[in-house]
Amino acid sequence: MRFDPELAEIRFGCGLSPRHAPPKGPDEMLTALRAPDRAAQDWPIPGFDGALADARAYSAARRARKAAIGSPLFDVRDKDLKRQRARMRDHQAVWFTQRLLRCITTSNGFRERLTLFWADHFTAQGKIAALRYGATPYVESAIRPNIAARFEDLLIAAVTSPLMLHYLDQHRSTGPNSRRAGRVARRQGRVVGLNENLAREVLELHTLGVGGPYGQQDVRQLAELFTGMIYNIEDGFKFAPGWAEPGAEVVLGQRYDAEITGLAAIKQALRDLARHPATADHLARKLAVHFTRDTPDPALVAHLADRYRATSGDLMQVYAALLEHPAAWETDLGNVKPPFAYLASACRALAMPPAALTKLSRPQMNRFFLRPMQRMGQRWEFSNGPDGWSEADGDWITPQGLAERLRWCMSVPVQLMETLPAPLEALQDALGNRATAQLRFVASAAETEREAVGLILAAPAFQRR
Amino acid sequence: MTNIPPTPSASPPASLSRRSFLARSGLIGCSLAASPLLTPVSFAAAPWDTRLAVIILRGGMDAIDVVQPYGDPAYAGLRQTLLGGPQNGAADLDGFFALHPALAPLMPLWRAEQLGFVQAVSTPYRNKRSHFDGQDLLEAGTPGLHQRRDGWLNRLLQVTPGVEARTAFAIGQGEMKLLQGAAPVSDWSPDAEIALSPQAERLAGLMMEGDPLFHAALAEALDLADSAKADAAAGRAGTPGQGPRRAPPHQRIASYAAQQLRGESRIAAFSINGWDTHNRQKGALTRALRRLSETILTLQGDLGPTIWDKTAVVAMTEFGRTVRENGTGGTDHGTGGAMVLAGGAIRGGRVHGHWPGLTEAALFDRRDLMPTGDVRAQMGWIMRGMIGTDHQAISDVIFPGVEMGSDPGLVRR
Repeated sequence: MRFDPELAEIRFGCGLSPRHAPPKGPDEMLTALRAPDRAAQDWPIPGFDGALADARAYSAARRARKAAIGSPLFDVRDKDLKRQRARMRDHQAVWFTQRLLRCITTSNGFRERLTLFWADHFTAQGKIAALRYGATPYVESAIRPNIAARFEDLLIAAVTSPLMLHYLDQHRSTGPNSRRAGRVARRQGRVVGLNENLAREVLELHTLGVGGPYGQQDVRQLAELFTGMIYNIEDGFKFAPGWAEPGAEVVLGQRYDAEITGLAAIKQALRDLARHPATADHLARKLAVHFTRDTPDPALVAHLADRYRATSGDLMQVYAALLEHPAAWETDLGNVKPPFAYLASACRALAMPPAALTKLSRPQMNRFFLRPMQRMGQRWEFSNGPDGWSEADGDWITPQGLAERLRWCMSVPVQLMETLPAPLEALQDALGNRATAQLRFVASAAETEREAVGLILAAPAFQRR
Repeated sequence: MTNIPPTPSASPPASLSRRSFLARSGLIGCSLAASPLLTPVSFAAAPWDTRLAVIILRGGMDAIDVVQPYGDPAYAGLRQTLLGGPQNGAADLDGFFALHPALAPLMPLWRAEQLGFVQAVSTPYRNKRSHFDGQDLLEAGTPGLHQRRDGWLNRLLQVTPGVEARTAFAIGQGEMKLLQGAAPVSDWSPDAEIALSPQAERLAGLMMEGDPLFHAALAEALDLADSAKADAAAGRAGTPGQGPRRAPPHQRIASYAAQQLRGESRIAAFSINGWDTHNRQKGALTRALRRLSETILTLQGDLGPTIWDKTAVVAMTEFGRTVRENGTGGTDHGTGGAMVLAGGAIRGGRVHGHWPGLTEAALFDRRDLMPTGDVRAQMGWIMRGMIGTDHQAISDVIFPGVEMGSDPGLVRR
């Protein structure tokens, strides 16, 4: 392999920047993952406790409003609830800005990319108003601290996160023969039972993969094993033995007994799934697709899977395997940047000063970033389903998506920055050695600086990585 | 509403195919010779002739307030501020049901038997009451959640021969999961702007020339934006100072859908939001129904009588609402809902479906309208009547496992 610093920053980082030198080699990229998380310190985001605090305040406001129905206090309580809702939307806008600023200012872009990758692999989102904006705090707590750990640690952190339990309905799942099921039947005459959603997605999406070696029986057994994992907005995650299905469960031939060992049995099952050879194949392929192209070199996939198996899913070793393989350094740019990464890399290439973003109001953040991203096909914190965002280039470069990208690069940077960089300088900053004669012609033939800079950011060479 | 004469040949040419664009693109060189970026060519004829517009009403429409069962003895006891019926300004439909006053502009369609409803229908979604899951299931068209990652309208295209990208259009900014999947579809919002000066447009074309994915998307974007502009110029000439730019988004979307359906497209899907009426439903539902009514009338006007005659507009929602009014003049998430049907292809002038009644014992979970029909089965019969879709394909592929039952007779054949 021949290490190319610019390509490293484009393909594995957040894009070129006139303010930050690209990495000098794979060792630097990997060592940085072990170093303190500077970007997170500079642009802090609360962990999931912050989302729970919002959820508690929201629920309290809603209860108070409900209690005031028919009384003269109703309008006051109604206003309180609306104010809390607005506060939560403000939080979302601030957290989004911090995520963006991390990508714009980091000297360790690989960490941001891995965080986005694993956050997408473990997609979770709020389905009720109280948890609507929980996805970013979830990533902060469950994903970001574990991206350089073993995959099993990441898996356990994600699967036991309150937001994941909520998103995939685990907090409702009750062992059909559990103490709770009996109690609800006696007192309320209702039948409560199993929900297989989380168990299915853990097998299908998070570990073995959709074609993996498991059957419906394994899904069912894993769902029974998972019973007892719940959360509430007061305490967050809880293991409630009264919800757990009695007896042992057998998943992929292994026996687990959560009734006796509680959460430990569930964690053991997750560790075993994480170390399964099929999980190695599934994750190797996903990483290769994400970082190289939609149809990756089979040799690269095999190399990653081998390293994963040999190290029991030590992610640092897997990343090292990725960065050492020649297929990771093919000079043709394959993948299209998804909208968030695209906008972040555009701001980074323009060296947009952080103050240009931190001073924006929530409506402005919506106007300049969140709504355009939605029109480009990526609604922030709300992907289509638990399988996360598409990796297929064609899903992003649709007529409507491309039109919005063009509209954004022609109109937003000029509104955010007092002065735009000179076109040829911007071209050099954004594309480095990839600034071709044709692009230099485009940059100088445009009628205005605004259009010249917009066109540079619209170049396929800039939209791909 | 100005009626536009049904002259598809006079409508702006649905120009270009990707192939012709790529072939032409060699003309654009560094010289920036003023060569047209696009050359119009016509499309192959679509495989069938009827038109289908599917509207997703997001938020859970209250079936009982839209098609008010004022003849049901239990009705008056369940609704206070939301009590409807002819005595409260609703239009009588058939002596049992009355229509919400905000849909009054559609009464001529009802009398022409071009407006109908299906009452007490739902998806298989039960008890959880999440919009998010409810809409996912409505658009997936499966019996349970997370069984397919594509949408039923896309699967219809997958089993129908002769489909091209323009055959079906997803319109607007929200994502239309019911059209996502392996079959090619088009996707555009009349709000999307390409906003390039002629020079920037040429330079962008030049820059993307070497990248087929970007080049094709740009060509199509420019073409779609152009035809939207042309439509604006042609369709709204009679309303000075009130061009479509000024029209509210739902009307622009309806106009755009009509424009596509007048041309090569056979299916258009879009959504109308605002049906989640927990508080003060009276105002909120009136506003939402006004949008629906204007949407239907815009479609009718812009399609023109000939095409309207072979069109079915089907509006559906993820679930209904509680039959009892809550304490804030609204209703909460429920189960059984209603479908709204319009168009010349519809057998209207009647409320279809089996009315389950509103006595407490007749309710679902003692709180919701009991679903007596599956929206998927209703939709399946509409496809069968309109496109001739194979029975097996409907129950195996499009709506896996659906019980089709007997033909409810929703469309004229």
